[in-house]
Amino acid sequence: MSRADATPPFPGLRAWWTMLVICLEERLAYRGDFILGTAMRFLPIVTQVFLWTAVFAATTRSDIAGYSRTDIVAYYLLTMVTRAFSSMPGLAGGIARSVRDGSIKKYLVQPVDYVSFLLAARIAHKLVYYLVAIIPFAAVFFVCRGYFPPVPDAATIGAFTLSLVLSFLLGFFMEATLGMLGFWFLEVSSIIFAYMLVQYLLSGHMFPLDMLAGVPTGLAGVSVADVVRWLPFEYTAYFPAAVWLGKIRGAELARSLAIEAAWVVAMAVACRIAWWRGTRRYSAFGG
Amino acid sequence: MHNSSGEARAPAAVIEVEALAKSYRVFDKPEGLAASVRSLFHRPSRVVEALKGVSLAVGRGEFVALLGPNGAGKTTFLKLLSGIITPTRGTARVLGHVPWERADDFRRRFALVMGQKNQLWWDLPAAESFRLHREIYRIEPARFERTRDELVDLLGVRKLVLQPVRDLSLGERMKLELVAALLHEPEVLFLDEPTIGLDVVAQHALHRFLAHIQAERRMTIVLTTHYMKDVAALCRRAIVITDGSILYDGSLDQIVDRFTTHKIVTLDLDDTPDAAEFARLGFPCEIRGPQVTLRIDRQRIADVLPEILRGRQVRDVSVEDVPLEEIVAELFRSGAVAPARVPEEARA
Repeated sequence: MSRADATPPFPGLRAWWTMLVICLEERLAYRGDFILGTAMRFLPIVTQVFLWTAVFAATTRSDIAGYSRTDIVAYYLLTMVTRAFSSMPGLAGGIARSVRDGSIKKYLVQPVDYVSFLLAARIAHKLVYYLVAIIPFAAVFFVCRGYFPPVPDAATIGAFTLSLVLSFLLGFFMEATLGMLGFWFLEVSSIIFAYMLVQYLLSGHMFPLDMLAGVPTGLAGVSVADVVRWLPFEYTAYFPAAVWLGKIRGAELARSLAIEAAWVVAMAVACRIAWWRGTRRYSAFGG
Repeated sequence: MHNSSGEARAPAAVIEVEALAKSYRVFDKPEGLAASVRSLFHRPSRVVEALKGVSLAVGRGEFVALLGPNGAGKTTFLKLLSGIITPTRGTARVLGHVPWERADDFRRRFALVMGQKNQLWWDLPAAESFRLHREIYRIEPARFERTRDELVDLLGVRKLVLQPVRDLSLGERMKLELVAALLHEPEVLFLDEPTIGLDVVAQHALHRFLAHIQAERRMTIVLTTHYMKDVAALCRRAIVITDGSILYDGSLDQIVDRFTTHKIVTLDLDDTPDAAEFARLGFPCEIRGPQVTLRIDRQRIADVLPEILRGRQVRDVSVEDVPLEEIVAELFRSGAVAPARVPEEARA
């Protein structure tokens, strides 16, 4: 075919870029939806702040596990930033639905890679979200500026940024893998629910994970925090927030970033395998 | 005569299928609470053979209709040929590729359009989906524009490409689906019920378009349908599938020759005739006012007709084949047509 002669350099990348742009256009058609969603996201934080205010009122201690009342507020606000990168609303459910209703077929017939497409769609989703969410976020952070420690040095900001990008990728590949369980199970919503629960608890979304440092596992010298550090969850909420607050530094910071990166790679591979085996199963049994 | 396409088929087969079979495991959902609880531990299932060893070849530039009732295996067959599913047994090659290996080289050379599924982006104008196809199918920009303009003009949808797809009617959407599917100039096109739900005008427009584009590009098209009008308008070759097997593979005209034993003779008389008089002839006969319809053996028609006409005031007379719809409906119903009538290739 003469078509191939005219192929521009990096055709895969160009196709991916076009996908991203088209996904952006599509998301922008729904921006009204986002505004309400963004406003709602601040509600749980308000209840958390009230809860911790009550906790501190009931004690004479000035800090709990190294967190003062202002630290706690800063921590929760920072996990909101992290979650804005790592949370993937509708991703797993959407994949499972497209398996169930058959719209996944399109990606079997067309010369396009589904995972790449999902990634483009999710980046577009996030970019449009940030565009809308920047205003309420900026307002809240401005109002609450008194709770934060001074802005950290450039290296910490760099590590924080890297940890956010990795947390986006980690969240994406974990949820995409989860969604591909839809190839095996008709209904994945309860699996997603269980995942969300574990995620909420172990990511640091609920409370700062270093509070688990004093909780023993039963193994000599190993705390629950030590175990959680090796799991992927804390990298989707706690870790970037702790980096900004200066709680993780130096060699420990480097090691944690390496663990996070390793989890990204592991989940990306898991996602590929799930796609590959899932489509094979789909082709063999369903379709 | 039904082998007229056979000469073209043998040397340049674009689609070659050998003993292709596909079985599904379906789970039965038993009634009642106790059974439901039991099914948590053991789900009763059975195997359904959707396709039972189909063999055929389609040559370049053929326009083939797959006919059959719902659940006959038509869609399963198209899904196999487009690589969505893998077979239980048998082999298939489309454009030299095993479809279910889903090589990009293969996927750039064919297209699948399903009447009930859309590939266009729902909330965006079709132009955006076209642009995405240009990239994923790697179509050279100048060629892309030429093809797009040609297709859009042929279907008369130029004004619609900038409207969000969700705002379009079903017929308009289908036309744009076809444009999207043909932008990369596929050599093989699979159409699954393309005219389902469309009104007569839209169906007609689609037929004209398909006939034109197929002739011009010498594209190989396989179309599934249960509207006979689709077939009569477009395809010379029809494959009738019932219950997972090929019942007939040949020309449409041959279906009539092969599967009907009689013709329909309609007489318009001056007055309402005496029923007994016609009944005496021994053919199935229906009398509606002055109009009489008889089903007469094809071999005997030349002898019988003069006899019927003799001594009657006949205003008009017509001798017609049994309508195609009726024959195919009969084929679907019975499934078991006298074996001698089934063409050799269909029994392979």
